[in-house]
Amino acid sequence: MTFESAASAAYIVAALLFILSLAGLSKHESARSGVVYGIAGMAIALVATVVLVVDNAEALAIVLLFVAVAVGAAIGLWRARVVEMTGMPELIALLHSFVGLAAVLVGWNGHLDPPVLFGALEDIHHAEVFIGVFIGAVTFTGSIVAYLKLSAKISSSPLVLPGKNLLNIGALVAFVVLTVWYVVDSQLWLLIAVTVVALALGWHLVASIGGGDMPVVVSMLNSYSGWAAAAAGFLLNNDLLIVTGALVGSSGAYLSFIMCKAMNRSFISVIAGGFGIEAKAGDDTDYGEHREITAEDTAELLRNATSVVITPGYGMAVAQAQYPVADLTKKLRERGIEVRFGIHPVAGRLPGHMNVLLAEAKVPYDIVLEMDEINDDLASTSVVLVIGANDTVNPAATDDPSSPIAGMPVLTVWEAENVVVFKRSMAAGYAGVQNPLFFRDNTQMLFGDAKARVEDILRAL
Amino acid sequence: MSQSRIGIVAESAAGETRVAGTPATVKQLVGLGYDVVVESGAGARSAFADEAYAEAGATVAAGGEAWGADVVLKVDQPTSEELDRLRPGAVLVGMLNPRLDPAMVESLAARPITALSMDAVPRISRAQSMDVLSSMANIAGYRAVVEAAHEFGRFFTGQVTAAGKVPPAKVLVAGAGVAGLAAIGAASSLGSIVRATDPRPEVADQVKSIGGEYLPVVVADEAAEVSSDGYAKATSEAYDRRAAELYSEQAADVDIIITTALIPGRAAPRLITAADVATMRPGSVIVDMAAAQGGNVEGSVAGEKVVTANGVTILGYTDLAGRLPTQASQLYGTNLVNLLKLLTPGKDGALVLDMDDVVQRGVTVVKDGELLWPPPPVQVSAAPAAAPAVPAEPVEPKKELSPQARATRRFGLIGVGVLALFLVNAFAPQPIPQHFTVLVLSVVIGYYVIGKVHHALHTPLMSVTNAISGIIVVGALVQMASDDLAIQLLSFVAILLASINIFGGFAVTRRMLAMFSKD
Repeated sequence: MTFESAASAAYIVAALLFILSLAGLSKHESARSGVVYGIAGMAIALVATVVLVVDNAEALAIVLLFVAVAVGAAIGLWRARVVEMTGMPELIALLHSFVGLAAVLVGWNGHLDPPVLFGALEDIHHAEVFIGVFIGAVTFTGSIVAYLKLSAKISSSPLVLPGKNLLNIGALVAFVVLTVWYVVDSQLWLLIAVTVVALALGWHLVASIGGGDMPVVVSMLNSYSGWAAAAAGFLLNNDLLIVTGALVGSSGAYLSFIMCKAMNRSFISVIAGGFGIEAKAGDDTDYGEHREITAEDTAELLRNATSVVITPGYGMAVAQAQYPVADLTKKLRERGIEVRFGIHPVAGRLPGHMNVLLAEAKVPYDIVLEMDEINDDLASTSVVLVIGANDTVNPAATDDPSSPIAGMPVLTVWEAENVVVFKRSMAAGYAGVQNPLFFRDNTQMLFGDAKARVEDILRAL
Repeated sequence: MSQSRIGIVAESAAGETRVAGTPATVKQLVGLGYDVVVESGAGARSAFADEAYAEAGATVAAGGEAWGADVVLKVDQPTSEELDRLRPGAVLVGMLNPRLDPAMVESLAARPITALSMDAVPRISRAQSMDVLSSMANIAGYRAVVEAAHEFGRFFTGQVTAAGKVPPAKVLVAGAGVAGLAAIGAASSLGSIVRATDPRPEVADQVKSIGGEYLPVVVADEAAEVSSDGYAKATSEAYDRRAAELYSEQAADVDIIITTALIPGRAAPRLITAADVATMRPGSVIVDMAAAQGGNVEGSVAGEKVVTANGVTILGYTDLAGRLPTQASQLYGTNLVNLLKLLTPGKDGALVLDMDDVVQRGVTVVKDGELLWPPPPVQVSAAPAAAPAVPAEPVEPKKELSPQARATRRFGLIGVGVLALFLVNAFAPQPIPQHFTVLVLSVVIGYYVIGKVHHALHTPLMSVTNAISGIIVVGALVQMASDDLAIQLLSFVAILLASINIFGGFAVTRRMLAMFSKD
């Protein structure tokens, strides 16, 4: 047994452990063991590779290697410990950008330190360098823009450049041309050029997607980071990278696809950047007047209810209202009132964002239901509390074929006996669409910061 | 005019138990800046004592003072003697019934007063909070069930007891308007089986939502009626024939019938014939809520209880809302407060009538002695008007491919993909085909593994896949073996970044999963 054969064997074991890890994460009961499998796989892969490298690298390289891992580990663990659960989307977007950048660097090294190859294999190697750098760079800038948008450091409204589709297609064409050129004549400036094109493309792709589509974007970037790893695997002749990259790539793509279906968007049009958010005519429709309710009256309403459904949205995350909401849930349940949560698949800015927040506040996960599970029960619900959600509870999606969000599946909260909407003002939601729910006869508005209002209700109870 | 005075007067009509203000609404009126006078004893029949009004901030005085206020709130139509007690320029608010009572309108217009009729509030969403017809109908519907239960000799709910099995009562509610829905809700919460009919098919969901079963009247060649003003309309002949059959079938089957069918400005439609009543079992009860408008049931007498030859009790009470006086006064009083809120934009006790506002225009019968009845018709937005359909048209057909075309397209795309894969692998030298084998199999595994993931675990899943994609570190590590310092430095950066990912990703996932709990 040589170090090489031992490493290959370790890689196969690691690949299997990664598959088990993803499989484990599909259920609550097995999720924790899934993470353990993932960590074990990663540890095996790392140890095997490090042993291999230490065996034939020089001393300085070995020192650099350990320093890099140690510093990276320290930063990673520190970020993971201090991150707020509401800031999870930003962190994940930022982490994706690291994978993208690492893929670019690996690709560059592939150019600077080419293996000894001949004929077709050399051409293929060149193409692999390009593909790896391209995907990595798109992931890198795309994730950076997603991070900036999610952390509200730049505006989340979509960037609309004239002929944006042409720009995207142009970048792809440039990539193909540069790749062919590079295969024929591998010059460093071609590599620089393709890196720049890819960086620009990644930036433009995500910049032209509106904030409302961010859950899709984040899981799509997750998928890209996987493909970047897979491309690096081709480049370095490493099956572990291919397996892992493909696992991550396909699972991320599938997740994005689920998200898109939940929003009734075309997968392609979200990926290609920008979904028509132009304000529609008919915005001057007279929806009538909304009615306000006080926290005390809401408490009264809840006290007399037999079943309550809470549908949270991004507003709950912004106001950090998950703890008082959890308290409210507990209090109502103690009174024998049935409380459940209805989570829209795209509530929040990350797939599953609301579940994480509610879990943080110790809401039992078996009363947190998804849209399809709760929608049929809404008609027999006494009170629905809409906390910081807007587009995901908009009846226009089902009633008004001319609405920009027409056809998007929504939580049909308006079928309930009473709806109380927690909202800071009458402003429109992320999709920029007015919400006729607010003007329904069974809807009452509770204005103000969601956290403060929920606390008021708790006091009144 | 600065702070006005509001007078709440006692009702003079025999059998009227309600009052136009309660201590709770008086407090709100005071909050609007008004000075409130309540006639002594006005709330007695609704169980509101004079002291309670005084405590809420009103002055309790004799009738003359209340009638002499700037704004007089009333429940029923006033008599002409009462109208004479109003001072010139006063505002009278009450249920004046101008639609059906032209004599009343004339007598109001003969005086230098302003008269606002609560029963003329247009049915638009914005005015819902002042719609007394709805609030009274709600109470009446509930009370109709209570009255029926009182006359009915059995349980509403089914029970299995040691003394034998009791079948649940069957209730038919004709007309699923506000009163009908209230009746359906009350009857179903008592445990009975409730069925409901209504010419508007769009109410089926509402009926279902409060526990009733909707019985549609199926007529072959008739477009579904969508009401444009929120009220039911008169129906066609074919429809009526089928409906009559339906009522006959139901009458023979159910124990209790509650009819609520009213068409504004017309006599109530006859739904249940004497023959239908004759087929009902003895002990059955019918409540005819339209008795005052001629009755939905043949043989009902307004205000009376009638027992037919075969032992069916027909109740024609016209004061169902008034039989719940405390509740009715509270809701009516709140309707009045909501109207006054609209009329007092400054909250300063100064009443302003804006004739450009459809709600305010709608309720105004007489303004300063000038006859303004009837108001222009108001279109209700209950059902969307035809207009939005026009701009929507060109949007529709764009993406709708037939399933067949879609399947063809899908197979086409799969075909192209498979062909490309085949060509690449056929021409590429080793080890590329081997890599592709691994890639393709991994993609398939990834797809299936992730396909069943629980929605709540999407975020942990993403952070784990993110950590796993840090596997790119392996590539960077391998490149560390180079002798070139530049390459070593690039690798150094790559390893550092990927390590952040690996450690951060796993750590944050563990932190998240630790939070998920189940009771």
